[in-house]
Amino acid sequence: MSSNAITIPGTEIQARPWVDELHQWLTTVDHKRLGIFYMLSALLFLAIGGVEALIIRIQLMRSHNDFVSPEVFNRMFTMHGTTMIFFVAMPVLFGFANYLVPLMIGARDMAFPRLNAFSFWLSFLGGLLLYFSFLGGSGLYGAGNAPDVGWWAYAPLGARAFSPGHSSDYWTLALLVSGFGSIGTAINIISTVLCMRCPGMKLSRMPLLVWLNLVMAGMVLIAITPLSAAQIMLLIDRYLGGHFFDTQAGGSAVLWMHFFWIFGHPEVYILIIPSFAFMSEIIPVFSRKPIFGYPVMVGATVCIAFVSMSVWAHHMFTIGMNSYANSFFAITTMAVGVPTGIKIFNWIGTMWGGKIQFKTPMLFSIAFLFQFLVAGLTGIIQSSAPVDWQLSLSYFVVAHFHYVIVGGILFALFAAFYYWYPKITGRMLSERLGEWHFWLFLIGFHLTFDVMHIPGVLGMPRRIYTYEPGRGWDTLNLIISIGAFIQAIAILVFLANLVISYFKGARAGNDPWDAWTLEWSISSPPPAYNFATVPTVASRRPLWDQKHPEDPDSRYE
Amino acid sequence: MSAVTTSFPNAATGWQLPSRGKVAMAGLIIAESAIFTIFVVAYLFYLGKSLTGPTPREVLETPIFYTICLLSSSLTIHLAAKSLARGIAFAFLGLWLLTIALGGLFLYGTAEEWHRLIYEHGLTISTNLFGTTYYSLVGLHAFHVTAGLIMLLTVAVLGLCGRVGVKQSGHIEVLSMYWHFVDAVWVVVFTVVYVLGR
Amino acid sequence: MLRMKSSTLRLLAQTILLLFWSAMAVWASEPKGPSPHGTNIFAPASTPAKSIADLSVFVLVITGIIFVVVFALLVYSVVKFRGRATDAGREPAQVYGSTQIELAWTIIPILIVVVLFLATARVIHAIQDAPEPAGAVQVTAIGHQYWWEFRYPKLGIVTANELHIPVSDPSHPTPTFLQLLSADTDHSFWVPELGGKTDLIPNHPNRMWMDPQRAGVFLGQCAQYCGTQHAKMLLRVSVDGPEDFAAWVRAQQKPAVEDAGAIAGRRVFESNACMNCHAVAGTPADGRFGPDLTHLMSRATIAAGAAKNTHNNLRLWIQDPSAIKPGSLMPAMKLSEADLDAVVSYMETLR
Repeated sequence: MSSNAITIPGTEIQARPWVDELHQWLTTVDHKRLGIFYMLSALLFLAIGGVEALIIRIQLMRSHNDFVSPEVFNRMFTMHGTTMIFFVAMPVLFGFANYLVPLMIGARDMAFPRLNAFSFWLSFLGGLLLYFSFLGGSGLYGAGNAPDVGWWAYAPLGARAFSPGHSSDYWTLALLVSGFGSIGTAINIISTVLCMRCPGMKLSRMPLLVWLNLVMAGMVLIAITPLSAAQIMLLIDRYLGGHFFDTQAGGSAVLWMHFFWIFGHPEVYILIIPSFAFMSEIIPVFSRKPIFGYPVMVGATVCIAFVSMSVWAHHMFTIGMNSYANSFFAITTMAVGVPTGIKIFNWIGTMWGGKIQFKTPMLFSIAFLFQFLVAGLTGIIQSSAPVDWQLSLSYFVVAHFHYVIVGGILFALFAAFYYWYPKITGRMLSERLGEWHFWLFLIGFHLTFDVMHIPGVLGMPRRIYTYEPGRGWDTLNLIISIGAFIQAIAILVFLANLVISYFKGARAGNDPWDAWTLEWSISSPPPAYNFATVPTVASRRPLWDQKHPEDPDSRYE
Repeated sequence: MSAVTTSFPNAATGWQLPSRGKVAMAGLIIAESAIFTIFVVAYLFYLGKSLTGPTPREVLETPIFYTICLLSSSLTIHLAAKSLARGIAFAFLGLWLLTIALGGLFLYGTAEEWHRLIYEHGLTISTNLFGTTYYSLVGLHAFHVTAGLIMLLTVAVLGLCGRVGVKQSGHIEVLSMYWHFVDAVWVVVFTVVYVLGR
Repeated sequence: MLRMKSSTLRLLAQTILLLFWSAMAVWASEPKGPSPHGTNIFAPASTPAKSIADLSVFVLVITGIIFVVVFALLVYSVVKFRGRATDAGREPAQVYGSTQIELAWTIIPILIVVVLFLATARVIHAIQDAPEPAGAVQVTAIGHQYWWEFRYPKLGIVTANELHIPVSDPSHPTPTFLQLLSADTDHSFWVPELGGKTDLIPNHPNRMWMDPQRAGVFLGQCAQYCGTQHAKMLLRVSVDGPEDFAAWVRAQQKPAVEDAGAIAGRRVFESNACMNCHAVAGTPADGRFGPDLTHLMSRATIAAGAAKNTHNNLRLWIQDPSAIKPGSLMPAMKLSEADLDAVVSYMETLR
């Protein structure tokens, strides 16, 4: 991929046969190639998970529809959730971390390149294993096929008695395997950030993306492992006759819920924090100002990481905890909104007084700010436990978390793709296609997810394959489904942009955005070794110092 | 496309960062601690909740001897690592092999205990909540001991072939961090299962 | 600057708004909440539902204000500080932060959190720790895949799927307190206009209460995914005036009607596996796996609301449950046509 070394005449290498090139790619331990693999595999699963979503939306377009059977529908929502969280969001964010962290700290590669490759392939294998369930899930009484227990697999629904066959085992094993991959990547990120920074890059001079991925990696270590533990317990129940979640033997279904959500809540912060990282790199560059309040941004993120470990049972407000427990989780959930909200203010503070350039990455970033604000506020609404006694398990929650994940995380990812694609491939993505992508997706997103709050308020629960007419849900669901199709078209435009620009995009050069972090100091795409000489930095924005020697950041830090 | 990077201010001298191996092992230990915590929580939560079958008090015997073996192996591995750092190969190898022996003894003790529990008291993982949580927690720990022993044995073989010297003391220190972790977990498991749980 | 011409933008915005409001108009004109009542959390008919609705409004107002303020700041900054062509090359002032501003926008949110929490905690305790008055009606609700079992232990009633409770007069309260249990997986009892939802979890009894202040039929459904037919585990709560409720209780307490004309059907029922799962009070049938059928004809629907309680539906249900509710745990009994007709006639005598 990268052959940007200075060539000495007479020693040109012949073009390699494609088998050789393929072999180089498949056996790579280079963080940039692995990062690209993560991104490509995530895009593949995004398409699959998106088709699952469309199937769900077609079925729900009108009451008593029969586009798919209840069994198929239940598999669709289980697979859609599991795929999007574990095989789209986590991999693509790991992919960007993999690609960017070594570049931003002036390093040659990640701390453990082979562990890096192993972690990627484990993660990809997990995805394949999950989808193999469609073919190989048969078991007792021919039951099986893809898992259909929801992406939380609540006990005792996941027990042998209620999930005969192997479908739930595919869910369990796929996530166990990819979970170990995630832990490997997290260990790698932490070791890289703590041990491989270039001279002068003290922790207080790291780009925010590096800081936030460090925090995210720390959270992965203590959040993913409870899920792994719970899944091992589930396997012991299902195959060794264990009773961890066997209510007939005195076991507790609520214990599974606690274990799952001790993973599940920090997990969503694991997803949003790298998204914050993208925003913290992109918004400053397109506002032409440094991030407002760097130390607070770091502090707020660390604060979020800690507090987010104490809020998990707000997913369990309806299970019958006593009033003191409900009050405790209500206040911790409200509390975590404070450092999160602060970040929005800091991004506004960054744009304030700047000279905003409305290139595609910035369009997505601005939309992120609006949407994350709304998503955070609907979260605060639900943090009030009694209100959640109505809204929990309804389409209001579905609207809320899609607002965060699609309106927040996916928009931030689109911004990141448009921003760093030139660095990765050496070509600019088409601004024109980018604008089409942006506006189409924005319209589709809002049509679907703004409206989706209403059926929740009108009493529509989630995970139902059909609903009764006359409850006022019909037209709303139709609108929601139309929005989904508009989003699908927008995604196709995006994928087309990725492919077309690869061949026809304008050449990017080292630094198409006039940015300030180390990755923009080397060629696009970077050479295999990243930096010909190890850089030394004296501030948070080494390239700003270079471009503005009369007014370097190092004077103010 | 030029590969010449733009120049940056002069390097700060004395730029020292922690060792990758130690940071990575610390990360692994944190992750593993989280897994063990969940199993410990399940064990404590289910104390006294079994509907049937033998209770801890009825069947458990405190494995004092084997615990001493395991905990002393922490001492021996520490001494082994120090010997290696000082280049005393003979002492290193001897202490290393002693560590393996002590760890192996501990595993033997676990096996013996399980044999007694299964065949004399009829306690298996599917008997009741106590059986499930006990075998899972102690078994998870024993699994980690086994994994550690495999790594220790690998080093022993390499050491006997003369391939382990002062240069490898960093790696040996990282491995001994893992072994100390396994011992620390045993202290917790021992307290929870044999002290609190009875 | 935005690449699109401002006229295109304006057109685009107008089209979007037009589409959106048309959709809203269509939706608004759709009949909602006919008789029976709908499932709107903002149409509370009982004290817990009302407390929650009031709290929701309070929370919505606060978050609404926050939204308006931050939204305005965002729009302002995007418009005011957009880069212009004339800026080329010049960077704006590089501001790194401001401690006072940071402090302000930390303290204000903390204060908002305190206010929100106090309001929340008050309602939590009011609802969850409410004492049970002497006049309360006690119901035990047991969740099954995919139907609801209701028992009134003090009144000696066992029924299924359709709950009857009395109107509660605030001066003389007769709320209904439910104990929530489950026979298999997790379920959740949600009738939005009567209260928030509470889950039914095996080996984890829960408790909730409601005191509806107007009569009528209130709808809801299971809200915790419980398997294939989670979507068809519907709830129908009939809130009756005092006389109606007393009459209903008396009727339910009686054993099954003995209709001589249905002997043939009763024989079919009792000689097939029907009585293994179903109970009919006063007969040898006392299975508890399926709904109690003693007063089946007093119910408006069958299969937990999946179908209206009509002759044809009843016949179809017994012949082949998967035609109405595929995944339901009732097996197709494979009765002959004659037996089927007989047993349906028998069912229709169980008033």
